[in-house]
Amino acid sequence: MATAQEALPDGPILTADGTPLKVSLQKSLVRSKMRAIMLVAPPLLFLLILFILPIGNMLTRSVDDALVNKVFPTTLEAFEAWDKTSEPPEVLYESFVNDVKAAEKLDVGKVGTRMNYAKPGWKSLVKRTARKLKKIKEPPYKDALIKIDKRWADKEFWLSLGIMKDERTMVYFLNSIDKTFDFDKNVIEVDENRKVYNLLWRRTLMVSFIVTIACLLLAYPVSYLLATLPMRISNLLMICVLMPFWTSLLVRIVAWMIMLQQNGVVNDSLVTLGILNEENRLAMMYNFNGTIIVMTQILLPFMILPLYSVMKTIPPSYMKAAQNLGATPTLAFIRIYMPQTIPGIGAGCILVFIVAIGYYITPELVGGKDGRLIGNMVAYHMQSSLNWGLAAAMGTILLITILILYWIYDMVIGIDNMKMG
Amino acid sequence: MALPIYTTPGQRLWHYTYLLFCGFVLFFLVAPLVVVIPLSFTSTPFLSFTPEMLALDPEGFSVRWYKSLFGMCSDIEDNISTMCHNKWMTGAQKSLIIAVVSTLLATFVGTLAALGLSSDHMPARRLIMALMISPLIVPLIITASGMAFFFAKINLTATWSGIILAHTILGLPFVVITVTSTLVGFDKSLMRAGANLGGTPAYNFFKIQMPLIAPGMISGALFAFITSFDEIVIILFVGGPKQHTLPLQMWSGIRQEISPTILSAATILVLFSIVLLTTLEMLRRRSERLRGITPH
Repeated sequence: MATAQEALPDGPILTADGTPLKVSLQKSLVRSKMRAIMLVAPPLLFLLILFILPIGNMLTRSVDDALVNKVFPTTLEAFEAWDKTSEPPEVLYESFVNDVKAAEKLDVGKVGTRMNYAKPGWKSLVKRTARKLKKIKEPPYKDALIKIDKRWADKEFWLSLGIMKDERTMVYFLNSIDKTFDFDKNVIEVDENRKVYNLLWRRTLMVSFIVTIACLLLAYPVSYLLATLPMRISNLLMICVLMPFWTSLLVRIVAWMIMLQQNGVVNDSLVTLGILNEENRLAMMYNFNGTIIVMTQILLPFMILPLYSVMKTIPPSYMKAAQNLGATPTLAFIRIYMPQTIPGIGAGCILVFIVAIGYYITPELVGGKDGRLIGNMVAYHMQSSLNWGLAAAMGTILLITILILYWIYDMVIGIDNMKMG
Repeated sequence: MALPIYTTPGQRLWHYTYLLFCGFVLFFLVAPLVVVIPLSFTSTPFLSFTPEMLALDPEGFSVRWYKSLFGMCSDIEDNISTMCHNKWMTGAQKSLIIAVVSTLLATFVGTLAALGLSSDHMPARRLIMALMISPLIVPLIITASGMAFFFAKINLTATWSGIILAHTILGLPFVVITVTSTLVGFDKSLMRAGANLGGTPAYNFFKIQMPLIAPGMISGALFAFITSFDEIVIILFVGGPKQHTLPLQMWSGIRQEISPTILSAATILVLFSIVLLTTLEMLRRRSERLRGITPH
């Protein structure tokens, strides 16, 4: 070192091996950066492949409508050429017959299901026609098809192809807010008696909102108590908060079923105490109320924990100082204590709301018919009706809502501050 | 919370109302879980307290539902035959296997991520952290749907590896969060001291860093474990008949016929959660002691 400095008296400071300190530091910085990246890369890759990619892929299904194009290409060409006002021409029928003959049997079934969303009846029509297609040997195809099924003469079916002719579609997003396309791709409302989704969205938002408020109202006093009590007692009471948090979700739901059912503990107690008659036992299960009660209990710890950790940091002397200066306890609480708890209120509310809005299991088991939420509809379209495009569209809307809230949470509170237990 | 002597009667009344309200909320949190325990010892197949039970008559209590839970079907008069299979025990076994493997994986992967993310030189730290925690935020129904399509494509549907990988993803955020927060208190000069004394980075990690962040790793692992052990939506969407886990058995039990067998299973799970909670609390205290943070 000494020799190096002698050689360059005014030059940069050198390290033992003769490289300038700046370069050496830079190198070590790059090295530690590389080490950090190497550590994070495998987990990140794992997450991207198994989580982000599948979800992204599912979401693209919400706009994907390539199936009809793939299976019935010439039919759609003929459809484009047709002027839509005259009777469906022979070439339309001919290309349809050729397309069905060329297509895989499985694809024809799938495409029939897809076309059925555009106009009910397509599924059975396509299926029936495909089955009897062997009988048709030669033109005219139009008459032959109409002989197989009278519906082929109905212009409406052909016109409905207009909805499906593009490879990308917004129809699923429209469906998930009770709108649809007419045959010219204008946005219209669906029939009054088929409207369900707007109601469900409203209900989901309402349930999440009510549950969040209920949690806040119940959690605030308890968190205050826990934060002000001596450590020994508050630790003991904390167990009451953490135990449900750690208990299996399904166990908690079973427990609530025992409590709330017709012959459940709550009703039995009320009848025994003479508050209720035997005949007017309360219906607290398998309805809207059931969902609210059970979700509130399940999500309450998510509100208590952030509130508690914020309240814990507020020195009690502030309140005393305010009272010393002449404020009544109520005023001191509202003006001095409450403003300091706002970060906790924000964190708890966003957390509870985010979790509540995507709930599926609880409403499914205790919600009955009028306690179902949007999550249940996604599951229904995924598993039962197999309308995956619609499920994906509803999932996308749900996810975007949650990501916005998550982003706000990150901005306001910072996910680094998220604590467990 | 003893009241000072100068309080007015009005303040006193308000104070006791407040305490009563808090008591009610805590009762609301715990009551359903407590009610399950005595009811699981009922001798009838009904899910409400019988007069015998309320009179504390020994006749009203029995362990028959525990017997049926453990697959012992000695009761001849127990004519609810569907309850007499061993699905509970095999389900618990399957859940345990899935939970243990996915917890180990999640702990390993999550600790790696946390170590990298705790470095001051990590680029895009905030974004990556947000991504790592996102499985906790995205509704399970969406995660499960996405995985259902993806796993079908790569032939992982209804396989053990599929479920385990999915559960690893769900457990990951917990490990990342807990280990990162343990690393906040970690003194990096310890690692330099170790290197100075001639330890290789790997040796230093296992001898110095890991013992110190172990409480964080274990509590993260516990969260991951309980998440997997209790998980139902992923199982419903990507599991097959071979993956008939304990939550799935409870799910079908709840949907078909609730018998007190579910209550006995629930009782055991409540006790299980108390054990986990105690472990976690002890770990937290140990971690604070090790990091020199005195409990408040």
